[in-house]
Amino acid sequence: MLEVAGVGKRFGGLTAVEDASLHVREGEIAALIGPNGAGKTTLFGIVAGFVAADRGSVRFAGEEILGLKPHVLARRGLVRTFQLVEPFAGLSVRENIAVGCQLRQPRRAAALAEAAAVAGRVGMSELIDRPVSALTIAGLKRLELARALATQPRLLLLDEVMAGLNPAEIAEMVPLIRAIREAGVTLLLTEHVMQAVISLAERVYVLNDGRIIAEGPPARIVADERVVEAYLGHGAAGRWPRRLGEGGAHA
Amino acid sequence: MKTPAIAAAAPLLALAALPLLLHSDFWLHFAIMTLYLALLGQAWNLLGGYGGQRSFGHAAFFGTGAYAAALLQLDFAINPWACMVLAGGFGAGAGAFLGALSFRYGLRGSYFALVTLAFAEVFRIVADSVPFTGAGVGLQIALKESVADFQFPEKSGFYAVILALTAIATALAWWIENSRFGAALVAVRENEDAARALGIDVDRTKLWAITLSGALSGCAGSFYVQYFLYLDPRIAYGVEVSVTALLVPLIGGVGTVLGPLVGALALRALNEASSALTGGAPGLNLVLYGALLIVILALLPDGLISLGTRLRRAGRLRALGRA
Repeated sequence: MLEVAGVGKRFGGLTAVEDASLHVREGEIAALIGPNGAGKTTLFGIVAGFVAADRGSVRFAGEEILGLKPHVLARRGLVRTFQLVEPFAGLSVRENIAVGCQLRQPRRAAALAEAAAVAGRVGMSELIDRPVSALTIAGLKRLELARALATQPRLLLLDEVMAGLNPAEIAEMVPLIRAIREAGVTLLLTEHVMQAVISLAERVYVLNDGRIIAEGPPARIVADERVVEAYLGHGAAGRWPRRLGEGGAHA
Repeated sequence: MKTPAIAAAAPLLALAALPLLLHSDFWLHFAIMTLYLALLGQAWNLLGGYGGQRSFGHAAFFGTGAYAAALLQLDFAINPWACMVLAGGFGAGAGAFLGALSFRYGLRGSYFALVTLAFAEVFRIVADSVPFTGAGVGLQIALKESVADFQFPEKSGFYAVILALTAIATALAWWIENSRFGAALVAVRENEDAARALGIDVDRTKLWAITLSGALSGCAGSFYVQYFLYLDPRIAYGVEVSVTALLVPLIGGVGTVLGPLVGALALRALNEASSALTGGAPGLNLVLYGALLIVILALLPDGLISLGTRLRRAGRLRALGRA
């Protein structure tokens, strides 16, 4: 469904992404992890059309999409959320979600009604007529998800939807994301919260210094020496216990 | 669709019957100028209120419409009614031109405001220096008091025209609040990146808004020409038009359907009161505008239109206190 090949991006003297390649199969949940500053958000931005790449190729549903504008990609079914939530601050939850609904729904009244249904899918029914300014960070993260879902995407890019949530809130978010996949949406997520990645993703890519350094199922990734060293520093792998797959590890 | 149409019909009919009640030309002139200000304010509101693109140079569109209306009938003998439609087109063109330039280069906020102001000033200087606009002398429309020439022997004729124009502008604002385009426009105002991510073509949405706003401003310009039969660069492209266009919705309530009407009424009343009290000392109305704006921004940042909801809320709180 998504094939990223040899993508590179420099900001002045800083190489944010260097020769990154990955692919996401239709119907799966794939994750892109990596330490702070690894280039995850830049790579996401490139795929979603927000950041121009210097080189490489990004194919979505078989077509080259590098260089297309974000709104064009959204219409084709590739939608992203933002790590730092970007709500329509002056509007209500319903109006926020309705903006997403309007991508496929020309009628305003119908879009506002659909928004309520989408809010139900992410557990926001009770908050539907609240102003966005009254939401907690967990509420805002759900709103990001709801708005993106409202556009009826085929591939959803979730940029750290768990960041800033407490363990109870994360535990609520995980089944929600699974339900989205069950509804037929393919997902690529970036995440800091290892626990979430391990329980959600089928395949994990690890990005470090702008390069993909490992790929595989989560259980294998957390035991990978290169990954442990990328997160904890050179030599850390030797001192690291071998039972990370049990969960609870927080990157 | 039906209910708002009925809800709008009653006040519209009442307003249409107003000339029958107002026998004095003073009050009819007052009503005409109020509606004219409301039209100009609503034009600004579509772009600045709903779209968040706050222009400081709506005179650029107003003046272009006004000059188009005047020159087309003077130099090309086009019927003034047709000129009004064309003036709307010229206003829209000026809007689209300025919008295409500033939105392509991503100008927002104060930068957008400054660029619009600069363009209005450039247009004023050009109109002041080229011969075909009559330069500083201005343009005079010959008096031909016939309905076919868009000149009415009675003020009530002008009243009917400006009432229709303002009703259309108000209906447009209502449509914005209830349409997909309006939802996109408001989304752009609130957060451009989020709007983009949800499939909204941000530049196109802004471009349509400024074109629409320009069209209404152009119509207001042509109405001004027909009503006063005179135009010069300062009237057409002066800062006063730009300031009025943004002051009306700011005072009445930005991004609301009826805010510009309320703001226009308040501003016009203030204007009349100041000239009655001081004998119309030049520039004093601007001082009063400024004072009013400060008071409004300090006490009612959502405009006079929010007074109703505020009083209701205060009433509810008092009732709760008693219970």
